[in-house]
Amino acid sequence: MFLWFHKLGSPPHFYRIAGKWIPWLSWIFLMLLLAGLYGGLIEAPPDYQQGESYRIIFVHVPAAWMSLFIYVVMAFCGAVIIVWRMKLAEVVLISSAPIGASFTFLALVTGSLWGKPMWGTYWVWDARLTSELILLFLYLGIIGLHNAIEDKRVASRAVAILALVGVVNIPIIHYSVEWWHSLHQGATVTKFDKPSIHWSMLIPLLLMALAFQVYYVLALFQKCRVELLQRERNSKWVEEL
Amino acid sequence: MGGYAVFVWPSYALTALVLWLNWYLPRKQHEKALRQLKRRRKVDKK
Repeated sequence: MFLWFHKLGSPPHFYRIAGKWIPWLSWIFLMLLLAGLYGGLIEAPPDYQQGESYRIIFVHVPAAWMSLFIYVVMAFCGAVIIVWRMKLAEVVLISSAPIGASFTFLALVTGSLWGKPMWGTYWVWDARLTSELILLFLYLGIIGLHNAIEDKRVASRAVAILALVGVVNIPIIHYSVEWWHSLHQGATVTKFDKPSIHWSMLIPLLLMALAFQVYYVLALFQKCRVELLQRERNSKWVEEL
Repeated sequence: MGGYAVFVWPSYALTALVLWLNWYLPRKQHEKALRQLKRRRKVDKK
């Protein structure tokens, strides 16, 4: 197990494995996506309160979950970088940042497009929305900081610290709807009780969430391969490609 | 879409666009990086 982990952590091995996985991940993603879209847009009935507008949920909620999940992955990489200086963790951290920023942006914009018809406004400065906006700034800050430092290894240590410090925002986002009065509704799926959402809506939602999860790995692998090539362009394994 | 089409479809369209960009741009960059490597190797041989 440890040996396997060690081997996976070596740049040439990861580069090769990621390249092999990309086509498979693409197909799995497409199938999950189509199933989720079919369930969400065609099979699921309209909501009794929100009518058809609730269908935004099938992109909004998975995007918001991913925005948190990717940040946690990055913070974990940050810890690995600081403790073990593992090269692959550096690559995964910085390659995740634009994907995470994209999902955060999507969560904010689709939420805004859902807020207009349901709350009567595109934006309010309440806890959930503001903390998610801060998450977007954290992602952008990590990308900016990484670009500002020439030496990639130094840059990685700097963004590792930023990623670790920023992780405090994650529980704040999740619990913001409980800790403060918020226009945003409370959790309907990620709570200890039974989810308070009907299965005809829950199944497509989970399918979409799974599709986004697979998409993240797919997009991450592609981005990592580019990053690895650029970082290791002087090493022997790249010469032999 | 029961009068909500102007909110629902842009959400889906924007999501599709952003996901596509995150898929397409790294692919282009990868091709470019490989091309540069090849060119460099040619120069090195001369």
